[in-house]
Amino acid sequence: MLKLVDGIVELYKKVATSIPPDIEEALRNTLKLENPDSNAYKALEIILENIKLARKEGRPICQDTGIPIFSVKLPSGLVQRDIKEIILEATTLAIKKVPLRANNIDIINDLPIDSDKDSGMPIINFSEHERQSLIVDLMLKGAGCENAGRMYKLPDMSLNAQRDLDGIRRCVIDAVIQIQGKACPPYTIAVAVGGSRDQVTALSKKLLFNKINTINPSPTLAKLEETLLADINSLNIGTAGLSGAVTAFKVIIGAQKRHPASFFVDVSFACWANRRGRLIWS
Amino acid sequence: MVEINLKTPLNESSVRALNIGDQVILSGRIFTARDMIHKYLCEIESVTMPFDITGGVLYHCGPIVREINGKYTVISSGPTTSERLEMYEARMIKRFGLRAIIGKGGMGSDTLSALRDFGCVYLQTISGAGVYLSNRVKEVLDVWKLAEFGESEAMWLFEVFDFPAIVTMDSKGNSLHKDILAYSTKQRDEIFSNI
Repeated sequence: MLKLVDGIVELYKKVATSIPPDIEEALRNTLKLENPDSNAYKALEIILENIKLARKEGRPICQDTGIPIFSVKLPSGLVQRDIKEIILEATTLAIKKVPLRANNIDIINDLPIDSDKDSGMPIINFSEHERQSLIVDLMLKGAGCENAGRMYKLPDMSLNAQRDLDGIRRCVIDAVIQIQGKACPPYTIAVAVGGSRDQVTALSKKLLFNKINTINPSPTLAKLEETLLADINSLNIGTAGLSGAVTAFKVIIGAQKRHPASFFVDVSFACWANRRGRLIWS
Repeated sequence: MVEINLKTPLNESSVRALNIGDQVILSGRIFTARDMIHKYLCEIESVTMPFDITGGVLYHCGPIVREINGKYTVISSGPTTSERLEMYEARMIKRFGLRAIIGKGGMGSDTLSALRDFGCVYLQTISGAGVYLSNRVKEVLDVWKLAEFGESEAMWLFEVFDFPAIVTMDSKGNSLHKDILAYSTKQRDEIFSNI
């Protein structure tokens, strides 16, 4: 019988060496929109060729195999501690076998830390569910796009952003203006509003697990997502920041309750290589 | 679009002839340098390196490299974000007479001035194309600071062939990134004025 640790190594391999179908389709659609003489078109052709090569040769799409972010749903009877140990062991194995880049750097001596030590990496978020299966979602989030994320607190006078939907809109547009093409567009952009600071950053990351054709349950936020996507794509930053029609594939917005004094807007970016995958273990 | 073939070592006149928007195909030696190497080389006064980088092509890259049958093999090697090196790059260009910087996302005004003053260009290669670009590495010729800085931060000397890039900052003061920033900022102002 396949062991869970091997299953998680396989999940690492799949996520590092392939692109989810929704993202690959979005990249293909982008190619159709760009002028074949443009630099963005040239970049997209190479990006699509790279996806094909990575899958065929079983090698990481991007040399930055990122920060691994796990979202684990536990059935009753399984213990977090046990699953965490297995994930840490799988991470060590995956660094050798996939291979992944050793991205876990000690702040003091500047060298990679053994990944089977509990060092806060990978990030593992646990929740429980009613079903009998264990569900392990993994995202490999590149640091280029991680660095692009930013948080706003409203009101923000410099953006003339008040505590309303227009204020949120101004923040997200500003975040894209600030980052330009540095974080490997076309982006998937997740926006979390409300809460305390730690809650909005956690939520915006979590939203990046959503497929890009997901429809927002709130019609108001769904409309804001569409407005923002049109805003962002009018900026003409384009694939790899080389100018072009598509700067983002999707804007995903989530909202939480807030304290009367606080109104945070957190913006998380995923690069075009929005690598995520799921393992269902029954 | 015409592609321009470049072979290292690059000379100043061929570099100064390049314009933003040119697509180039690079062959020859390039070396990687990212955060730690930049900081180290900008802090140390005199340095002995196992290979000469003077007049060379510097690549912002932290590759995945594995030793297979006693030989270093590049597994994935796309560009890293160049912006983080902005505080060092003008000094690097001046000190080592670099002729090209390869990266992604573009750099700022200090680097742009150094490109003009010392005859260098910034080439953007394809972000996230790790496998495609590692297949353009014919051989790993050498490595420096591997034990001290680790795989991703070490300086790797690559022999590359048919390595694609786009001139996005030239030696005449032009920057595609600056132009795109200006256009997108104008668009933002337009959107903001209608909200």
